[in-house]
Amino acid sequence: MTEPASEQVLRVDAYPTHEVGGYRVRAGKPFPFGANVVPGGVSFSVFSDQATSMTLVLYKRGEPEPTAELEFPQEFRTGSVFAMTVFGLDHENIEYGYRADGPYDPVTGHRFDARQVLSDPYARLIAGRDVWGVEPDRSRGYQYRSRVCLQDFDWGDDTPLGIPAEDLVVYETHVRGFTRHPSSRVTAPGTFAGLREKIPYLKELGVNCIELLPVFEFDESDNPRSNPETGEKLFDYWGYNTVSFFAPKAGYAATGRYGMQGDEFRTLIKDLHAAGIEVILDVVFNHTAEGNEQGPTISFKGLDNATYYMLTPEGYYFNFSGTGNTVNCNHPVVRNYVLDCLRHWVADYHVDGFRFDLAAILGRDLDGTPLHNPPLLELLAYDPVLRHTKLIAEAWDAGGLYEVGNFPAYGRWAEWNGKYRDTVRSFLKGDPGITGDLATRIAGSPDLYSSRGTSASVNFLTAHDGFSLADLVSYNDKHNEANGEGNNDGGNDNASWNCGVEGPTDDPGVNALRTRQMKNAMAILLTSQGVPMLLSGDEVARTQQGNNNTYCQDNELSWFDWDLVDENSELLRFTREMIAFRKHHRELRSTAHPTGQLRDSLGLPDISWHGERAWQPDWSPESRLLAVARCGTGDDDVVYVAMNSHWEAHDLELPALPGGRSWHLFADTGAEAPHDIRTPGGELELENAGKYLIGPRSVVILVGRTPDAEF
Amino acid sequence: MPLSVSLSIEGDTTVIELAGELDAKTAPDFHQTIEKAAGHGTSTVEIRMAGVGYMASAGLRSLVFAQQKVADHVTIKVVGAIEPVSRTIRTAGLDRSIVLSDD
Repeated sequence: MTEPASEQVLRVDAYPTHEVGGYRVRAGKPFPFGANVVPGGVSFSVFSDQATSMTLVLYKRGEPEPTAELEFPQEFRTGSVFAMTVFGLDHENIEYGYRADGPYDPVTGHRFDARQVLSDPYARLIAGRDVWGVEPDRSRGYQYRSRVCLQDFDWGDDTPLGIPAEDLVVYETHVRGFTRHPSSRVTAPGTFAGLREKIPYLKELGVNCIELLPVFEFDESDNPRSNPETGEKLFDYWGYNTVSFFAPKAGYAATGRYGMQGDEFRTLIKDLHAAGIEVILDVVFNHTAEGNEQGPTISFKGLDNATYYMLTPEGYYFNFSGTGNTVNCNHPVVRNYVLDCLRHWVADYHVDGFRFDLAAILGRDLDGTPLHNPPLLELLAYDPVLRHTKLIAEAWDAGGLYEVGNFPAYGRWAEWNGKYRDTVRSFLKGDPGITGDLATRIAGSPDLYSSRGTSASVNFLTAHDGFSLADLVSYNDKHNEANGEGNNDGGNDNASWNCGVEGPTDDPGVNALRTRQMKNAMAILLTSQGVPMLLSGDEVARTQQGNNNTYCQDNELSWFDWDLVDENSELLRFTREMIAFRKHHRELRSTAHPTGQLRDSLGLPDISWHGERAWQPDWSPESRLLAVARCGTGDDDVVYVAMNSHWEAHDLELPALPGGRSWHLFADTGAEAPHDIRTPGGELELENAGKYLIGPRSVVILVGRTPDAEF
Repeated sequence: MPLSVSLSIEGDTTVIELAGELDAKTAPDFHQTIEKAAGHGTSTVEIRMAGVGYMASAGLRSLVFAQQKVADHVTIKVVGAIEPVSRTIRTAGLDRSIVLSDD
């Protein structure tokens, strides 16, 4: 509807002032950066500190050669920002890039090359890799093409769920891998739309947060290797090699070929929220896909190399990421870039939080020195737009900086707790001398996070990086031959145990033990204080056939095989009930570390430790049995978890309960299904109230409550 | 290819028939017709798209625009869209609020 003339505002800036290359233009607004639709045209704004001139290169969508090249008039430059509004563009059907001219002098950090067309670091959409796995035409000069995007998605009444961190159950997954397997039977396998079809599965499982491996545009075809045995091309499957930080990966969208990947991703997030599930993105700000001196020039390298990358005094790239280059995160311009990027994903995609890959790098100074008070981390912690999002650090980097427990948190940052993973794995396989450290880990790692609370600890046993849970109990050694690196890639320190046979076996005893070990892992993880994170597929024993580094495997090694949902329904049921149990017991999710102090109402401490004898934990090096009882605020129940990694059974003396309570059995991983676990509230009262026989390598969970307590 | 847009009323249904390409250039014509249709007060707005061979994201935005323009109780039906067009609508999530039918 046209507004009445009296209400129309005449905007002078809707009219051109100049003509460049046959296009009507005027000076643009420096902010916001990127390409933004304005009345009558598109405003392009790009930063370069040292460029002597800048040219906007326009293409008709899909055409190999430019239709126009518009050099920014000098008067369109404000500070180091080039900004120009171009009128009369069909923003849906153009692609654009920049040519930046300036000094080529690597010793001083400058690598300008006006022959290169560069992607816009702020591009909201990228064309050129619209369909996953389609081999690109490498003869084209400009591979990753910036596109204009309207931000007019109808979010309806979608609002942030604001789930308290301590209540999260995180599920780490991969957009493509989750539904690419033919058994997924979704209409658009391997896409955002496909994942959306599986929301009912996630809801039924009980997770309330999914953490997605990178979804920013990357180039899956940039891996030059092939499988040495089959000759098949290997991919950059995981996507930790970002090409464009503001653009969702088009190849993850069924509508990518229409340029609708943004709306498809937003639709997924909107529906996940409607199902009570938050979305955390795994983001990679430590390096980019441009690599080192030998790598391609895509964007930053040609626009302002010396600003965006950490460089040695000789002009080479520092490599704290292990991938060739390191983003100069604490440069003031780059700090703002990272902030703008995260704000974009929160404001325009309603993302609930971020997990930062190799986040220790974000705390390094311009020359790589670790900072005491890193301005970027502080900036993100206090930013108004990011204020209620989850910020999770992978608190180490490839340059040897290991900050688990010491990551600058500003009251906001949580961490992947690598020590939790290592300790619980070691306990599960039966290593001696672990029970003391195990107690610290399952109590929320107070040694690491005493001032930050338990929710600073993201507890996990498996993640994309490393063995899957099924492989953790099936392999002593990694088997990465398919990666074409002579089995030299991937971690060697896995703390895994194959239960007696390396790899698959028909031995029913070994398989039963493996299933029990997986249940033990789930039981410990989901009764530990801190935020549990599950690796997608572990709930149905997904295997990677011993490969602990499937970054390049776009095939059944990585994909979620949905037939396992039926085949391993026993483990799935166990996991589902464990998640439900966690949700029903607030004492497992307390944000405060337990102190061992008595609780007035029950006369029991908030946490107590036990061994074969009640109240007498065995901390000796040979001990492989530990029991913990929790009695917290908000619930009148007592939760008792006994963990036995010994190969022999033990008689447990159970602590006496006050107030007419008695022990009820919730789970015993040593029991045959379906008696291994019960539905929360349906626990079975023990006949022999004072004792319980825990089997070899088993976990037992009891609830102390009154027999007639309503659940 | 230009877009042809026609508007008619069949009982309690306002019918919009489209043919051609629905993109950024042609979407404004569609928008004007949607506004007229919204003013008719029928309980259903039926958008016949069998003649649309290509729909850009501007077309999807037009459908979102239609949702916003009509009253809450009005049903929007998209009828006869060819497979690539209907798939685009589905994967963008609009099938939850717009009825997609073959005929």
